Amino acid sequence: MPNIRLKNINNFICHDINLKISNREFLVLWGPTGVGKTTLLNVIAGLVEYEGSVLFDDVPVDKHPVYQREVSYLFQNLALFPHLNTRANIAYGLRIQGESKNKVELRVNELLRLMKIEHLAERFPKHLSGGEKQRVALARAIAPSPEIMLFDEPLNSLDFHTARYLRTEIQQLQRKLGITTIYVTHCFEEAFALADRVVVLSSGEIVQIDSPKNIFKESDCRMVAENGYCDCHQGDKNNRTQIELEKGCSLCHQK
Amino acid sequence: MKKIKAVYPVRKMPTGKPQGKYSFLTKMRFNESPKLSNGAYSLIPVLVFLSIWEIVARLGLIPGNFFFPPFTVVIQEFYHLTANGILIANFLSSLRRVLIGFSFGSIAGITMGILLGYEQNLHKIAHPILSLFYPIPALGWLPILMLWFGIGEMLPIMIVFICSFFPVFYNTVSGIKNVNRDFIKAAQSLGASEWKVLTTVVIPLALPNIFTGLRLEAGMAWRVIIAAEMVAIPTGIGALLMRAESLLRIDIIIVCLIVLAVMCWTFERFFIYLEYKLTHKWRQYAQY
Repeated sequence: MPNIRLKNINNFICHDINLKISNREFLVLWGPTGVGKTTLLNVIAGLVEYEGSVLFDDVPVDKHPVYQREVSYLFQNLALFPHLNTRANIAYGLRIQGESKNKVELRVNELLRLMKIEHLAERFPKHLSGGEKQRVALARAIAPSPEIMLFDEPLNSLDFHTARYLRTEIQQLQRKLGITTIYVTHCFEEAFALADRVVVLSSGEIVQIDSPKNIFKESDCRMVAENGYCDCHQGDKNNRTQIELEKGCSLCHQK
Repeated sequence: MKKIKAVYPVRKMPTGKPQGKYSFLTKMRFNESPKLSNGAYSLIPVLVFLSIWEIVARLGLIPGNFFFPPFTVVIQEFYHLTANGILIANFLSSLRRVLIGFSFGSIAGITMGILLGYEQNLHKIAHPILSLFYPIPALGWLPILMLWFGIGEMLPIMIVFICSFFPVFYNTVSGIKNVNRDFIKAAQSLGASEWKVLTTVVIPLALPNIFTGLRLEAGMAWRVIIAAEMVAIPTGIGALLMRAESLLRIDIIIVCLIVLAVMCWTFERFFIYLEYKLTHKWRQYAQY
């Protein structure tokens, strides 16, 4: 799995972005709406114009079109092809890359089992629920065995319990497959639950990069504080919601 | 403590065709498939209309001096014209012209529409020119085409070609342009080249719009061919109409109009059926 480096990225919203993402890392881009999280994801995927350089394993990929960058992108609205059923949606990337029919069949069946959506194989997206669409989109994204996964707020439209369940699944899947992952969210809990490191973005600039725990403990970003997240030891404990994180720490949210 | 069992109101949503207690109109509304068997519903008002026509014409209830033959007389004339081959020969002439003109016009319209809809630069160059020609009615081309091609088979075919090209072209451009950019980005991120994106995502998703253009023009092609034949061509349903007019044969005129109506309807229904077959699995089907 490659590491990713962004050098002096500038475009209509991003300003002087310099970032290094290690291989197999789960990096979360966090910030409120309109700070350039999705744009930065699009820069890595090659979907928008930019100045500067994007390097995969120290090799510049700026001249590479999207389809040659070998990144998988999970869009906010999931973008499942409405004219293809679940099986065909998952197989799309493999077929495009010219894999043999048998290999495609095996891989699709394997992913249907892994995502627990075997019973949805012949259904079209219009007949899937939000959570089911999410699983199909995730299966489609990982089907071609990508080296880099980009997630653009994929759990945004789901209810709390489904989102929490799928969040855990995404994390387990990332650990299992070891894919370098960049995940965009404006949800603090999600960022803290998933990330190895969190990048805090504001007005198209990086204001802090650190582990979730450190950002929580010693955030130097006013924005983080303004969003109501603070240290558990300060203030009235009864007035806070405790959020259990999977890394053994917890996060408190001012009610 | 006594347990209170919560009772939630359960509303059964209708799935598929409602049966039993639902009214005739509800059943019609829920019946999504435009299969030809559903034509039975449309047949009832047609039969009522024909009965009224027969009665009114037989009893001479039409005011003024209009000659208005009863429906049964029109049917008799239809039989005579079919038996002596006049109607079939003229019908086949018109049909051949419509099929050739419509096929070439549609293929050209779809091809140009895909190219210009997908390739922005090409659209910028060609669109202003095509926009100038679009408002000209197909029959407006008749004088210039008569001078270029003379009175022959090419003239009506070219009229149908022009008539078919523009609406199919514009609907295709619209369909291609309206494909959600996220689907294109998703396909690209999965490794699809521009060509693959076009053939596997963009064109299939533009099919409903393409079919709208085809459906509209399938009927229009027949209207235009009749007008062209009436003005300039000695054969075809339009020419038969003009001959009947000079002989004061209203029954033949009505036969020709019925043939025209049936052909417009058949062509339109064919494309509705084809669209349904190709897209009903993945899209909400609209009633026509």
